[in-house]
Amino acid sequence: MATAQELAVRDKKELVSKEEKTVPGRYYVPYADIYETGEALCVVMEMPGVEKKDINVALENDVLRVDGQIDFSKYEGMEPVYTEYNVGHYTRSFTLSNKIDQEKISAQLEDGVLTLTLPKAKEAQPRRISIG
Amino acid sequence: MALFPDPFDTLSSLQQALDTLRTSGWLASGPSGGGSYPPVNVFRKGDDFVVITEVPGIGKSDLEIQVKGNTIRLAGTKSVTYPEKASLHRRERLAGRFDRTVTLPVEIDPDGVKAECRDGILALFLPRAERDKPKSIRIA
Repeated sequence: MATAQELAVRDKKELVSKEEKTVPGRYYVPYADIYETGEALCVVMEMPGVEKKDINVALENDVLRVDGQIDFSKYEGMEPVYTEYNVGHYTRSFTLSNKIDQEKISAQLEDGVLTLTLPKAKEAQPRRISIG
Repeated sequence: MALFPDPFDTLSSLQQALDTLRTSGWLASGPSGGGSYPPVNVFRKGDDFVVITEVPGIGKSDLEIQVKGNTIRLAGTKSVTYPEKASLHRRERLAGRFDRTVTLPVEIDPDGVKAECRDGILALFLPRAERDKPKSIRIA
């Protein structure tokens, strides 16, 4: 459907944070898709260059916080001659409205895309009410 | 003062180095000097060149890489799918096809090109052609 469309370049969105970090360096906001099914809320985020071990997902007070660190030691010994984008760690947080079953959150990383499945708690799942 | 290099220092110096070159005209002679997907960064590693691009959500099978002379073609499609019966809250990821050619101002050895795709990063290792390498001239 949408595959016929030409992909456009978007500049990476830099994180604008209320607090400053103690260490210098820029953070980027990963592009995200969020969708909901009957059982779960899914958050899909693009974090190219982040390895599985460098992803940190935390849910605290209904705030989901995802943090992905890139391993920039791979760039050692390389001298940039032409650049079109910058690299940095990724971070993004969302306030969740649904009741989430924290124990059952699962994460999957494939080709730089992180998919988080947050199953809804029993009481938040839709119930079909039949009219008697 | 510091006994060992501060890793955070390295990141910000890398970011700074990448930023300064955003306006470089190094590839300007090529057919796509910039502005096409996917955005690329070109590095020099010794004699050789490395082209790095971010292709999140694009698997190896969706990518086509061709090399001819000193021109590289990067083509493919990126698809974003949602399960049926899902209600979308936020949609920021884009899908579509892309086709980009990058011409390097140096001669490369097409047989020695290696490609690596991991975690949404595509890296192309381009060895400089032997005949293009500078030769030292000894003064007699």
